[in-house]
Amino acid sequence: MAALEINNVCKNFGSERVLKDVSLAIDSGEFLILVGPSGCGKSTLMNAIAGLEPVTSGEIRIAGEDVTWQTPAERDIAMVFQSYALYPSMTVRQNISFGLEMRKVPKAEREAAVERVADLLQISHLLERKPSQLSGGQRQRVAMGRALAREPKVYLFDEPLSNLDAKLRVDMRTEIKKLHQRLGTTIVYVTHDQIEAMTLADCIAVMRDGRILQLGSPDEVYNNPVDLFVAGFMGSPSMNFIGATLDGEPGGYLLRVATPGEENLELPWPQERETPAMAGQVGREVILGLRPEHFAEDDVRLGDDAEGVLLSPRITVVEPTGADILLQLKLGEGEATARVGPKCRVAAGERLALRIDMARAVLFDRETEQRLA
Amino acid sequence: MDNVIRRRTFGARLGRALLYAVLLLAALFYLLPLAVMLVTSLKPLAEITPGTLLSLPQEPTLGPWTKAWGEACTGMRCEGVGVYFFNSIAIVVPAVLISTIIGALNGYALTKWRFKGSELLFALMLFGCFIPFQVVLLPMAQTLGWLGLSSSRAGLILVHVVFGIAFTTLFFRNFYVAVPTELVSAAKLDGAGFFRIFWRILLPVSAPIIVVSVIWQFTQIWNDFLFGVAFSAHDTQPVTVALNNLVNTSTGAREYNVDMAAAMIAALPTLIVYVLAGKYFVRGLTAGSVKG
Amino acid sequence: MSLSTPAVRPAAGPGARRSHAGLLQAWLPKLVLAPSAAISLFFVYGFMLWTFILSLTSSRMLPSYDFVGFAQYARLMANDRWWVASTNLVVFGGMFVAICLALGLVLAILLDQRIRQEGALRTIYLYPMALSFIVTGVVWKWLLNPGLGIQAMVRGWGFENFRFDWLVDPDMAVYTLVIAAVWQASGFVMALFLAGLRGIDDSILKAAQLDGASLPRIYWRVVVPCLRPVVFSAVMILSHIAIKSFDLVVALTNGGPGYASDLPATFMYAHAFTRAQIGLGSASAMLMLGGVLAILIPYLYSELRNRRHG
Repeated sequence: MAALEINNVCKNFGSERVLKDVSLAIDSGEFLILVGPSGCGKSTLMNAIAGLEPVTSGEIRIAGEDVTWQTPAERDIAMVFQSYALYPSMTVRQNISFGLEMRKVPKAEREAAVERVADLLQISHLLERKPSQLSGGQRQRVAMGRALAREPKVYLFDEPLSNLDAKLRVDMRTEIKKLHQRLGTTIVYVTHDQIEAMTLADCIAVMRDGRILQLGSPDEVYNNPVDLFVAGFMGSPSMNFIGATLDGEPGGYLLRVATPGEENLELPWPQERETPAMAGQVGREVILGLRPEHFAEDDVRLGDDAEGVLLSPRITVVEPTGADILLQLKLGEGEATARVGPKCRVAAGERLALRIDMARAVLFDRETEQRLA
Repeated sequence: MDNVIRRRTFGARLGRALLYAVLLLAALFYLLPLAVMLVTSLKPLAEITPGTLLSLPQEPTLGPWTKAWGEACTGMRCEGVGVYFFNSIAIVVPAVLISTIIGALNGYALTKWRFKGSELLFALMLFGCFIPFQVVLLPMAQTLGWLGLSSSRAGLILVHVVFGIAFTTLFFRNFYVAVPTELVSAAKLDGAGFFRIFWRILLPVSAPIIVVSVIWQFTQIWNDFLFGVAFSAHDTQPVTVALNNLVNTSTGAREYNVDMAAAMIAALPTLIVYVLAGKYFVRGLTAGSVKG
Repeated sequence: MSLSTPAVRPAAGPGARRSHAGLLQAWLPKLVLAPSAAISLFFVYGFMLWTFILSLTSSRMLPSYDFVGFAQYARLMANDRWWVASTNLVVFGGMFVAICLALGLVLAILLDQRIRQEGALRTIYLYPMALSFIVTGVVWKWLLNPGLGIQAMVRGWGFENFRFDWLVDPDMAVYTLVIAAVWQASGFVMALFLAGLRGIDDSILKAAQLDGASLPRIYWRVVVPCLRPVVFSAVMILSHIAIKSFDLVVALTNGGPGYASDLPATFMYAHAFTRAQIGLGSASAMLMLGGVLAILIPYLYSELRNRRHG
């Protein structure tokens, strides 16, 4: 039985359709991340799950029970808010135990629960403080503690890390992952940060304009995006999109990338990755998607044994990040980004021999922006 | 403007001196009536005509005060303004409390439990802040008659509550709009209901606006004259009406010192509140005008 | 995990299957607001309508519902005392608003010059606003009393020919109202302007300074234009006070000498409550309401438009 099931949910604000027939289901203990640009409906979906916004139509089930018309209190859900929403007049202890008190849990049990989560989150020394006396990171912990104390069926996290500075954000991300692994809780987590999505999720739902475009594991969403939007949204730096003409025939397709002032670049499409959809596109413009890491510096020691297509584009910008180097290079009519090892020695303006790993490339229809192969 | 660099020349110093002179002159203009009122109220009657406004009392006396409080004639009766002072208290206290409580609940419901039409409802209620009260006087008189509340303190309390909630609702609504709605969402998820969220989450952070509302309502109702004169009888008059009657009673010689003492008595409660909590008083006055 | 595609179910209408607790939660806010909404509907809108109806009747001592159309308004237009009251309101209101604005702005700007004891001065300027207009009227009546007040004091200093007897001069009595009202409300306008001045972005002033503008120039060209919304609000509030002015007149001049310093508010009260002219009084109240609306509606319109345009 699914821990959370959303069936055909629609939500309208006046004439504006914010959620358009959204359906998904997650199992108990799964970590689902809703990701998408602002205004895509992810926060509205979250509020609908929490019961803070009534849906226009559709059904929401928690642990098999239809909760569509239940109040937030009846749903047994806890939520961590972006602003933390700690009750300003209460101490940390009171904040954590308030939900239990409302549910008429005996005092001794409440105290035990507070101690338990305070231990878990290492906030025992803060219990008697007011929220205004806490740092941002501490508030974040208390907000999580408040959710954890209740042990609800589903946890909702609404961009919980977006108010923290970069360093703290990475630490808390790890901590949330540890907690999830340890407690096996069911979590729905909203973020617009795709790195958070990749690192935390068991399952990612990429949303846009009130629809779920793709629901899948981080690996699936990253390596097998269903369309141009998902491909561009996930990954940083984002995927390179290169205009090309599809040529050839089944068993030997070829991508021709027009390069002004130079010979056209010809990229053979791997035979094992051919799809039937490609046949209809022969002779037409398609979009080739290459991630920065699909480029690699040519290793001369391997000689002709090296895999991938060799090219030597002109490098326009060199951006070392420490762990590796990002290169802007001329490719076709535009530029592309490549990620190479930190030892690469190249200066802007020079040419560099690179190989493209076509076995991981993806292909999109230019008009429908859907995946071709 | 705090960070303007000023040249330290003679001209600049002269300008500075002039600035202070103007400001002090203005202060004098505002203080003069109060000073005259106080000085006159401490003079025996014999010193009034020969002396001038500002001459200090030769033989200061509290006589005018005790007379104003307990003996002076207000219309037909001669029992001072003391009784009416307590009338005012008996009207002000319940009216302030009731209108503030209703305003707080209204502001809470209007901001944290919005529903279709709640903004329109607020706009409709807000209009009550703007009407000239003359337009409700006659129907109010008749309605109070029907309710059996004519010329009673309860009637005056009702009137002040009815026309006060527009202001208190405005205060609380504008205050609660700035309180994050996520607090209420969190409390809903925690299982708290409408009243419990108000009591446990909103009310503990409302102290400043409660003070603003109480002070505003207190000064408004204490200083009211129109409703007091229109809807009260001799024994239920508020102190402002009694003061006006006292000043206009034309039996015997005019006792200006007693008039001034009575005016001081009527003015003291609001003056004291102003001195003690001026910051909140100003906030009440400017609420809804500067910030909208 | 799955992108489940269950059979399409009929969409339940909102509330169709809502739990009891949910229903109660949805209704409680409305229930709480209902009494206030009813009060507002009856005591504000109902009473306005009621007064309008009364203004169409021949009611004298007691309300009667003998309709005479707009005859009371015609009587009002032909009534000399009403014209005195209306003219007085224009004179009083106009001068009161203008002087309060000027004085308030000047005081606010002067106070904004890093003044020592600014807090104390502010308190002194503003305290009259805490007083009842009756108290203000009583004290100014005493100050303006020709035999004992300011005139007598100045004569006592040796200026035997000094005259300041506006209180008993039918042509000047209305100006005594202006003096007392300005005394009471100008400090409040000062507070509004001061708040406005403090709200102006500091960097604008710094930029103007770097542009080489002198201090008076900065104020006139940069700061004062920023205070436009405050001027708007202040005009709005002050004209509102002017139209409602009743207690001040009663305590200071009682409309006199004769009815030389009557205002619509005192006119209305006198006719409705002491002269047994309920119909006429109602008509004058409706015209007062019209006056308030004439100021309020353009104000609200511009406010709403500004808000919409950010």
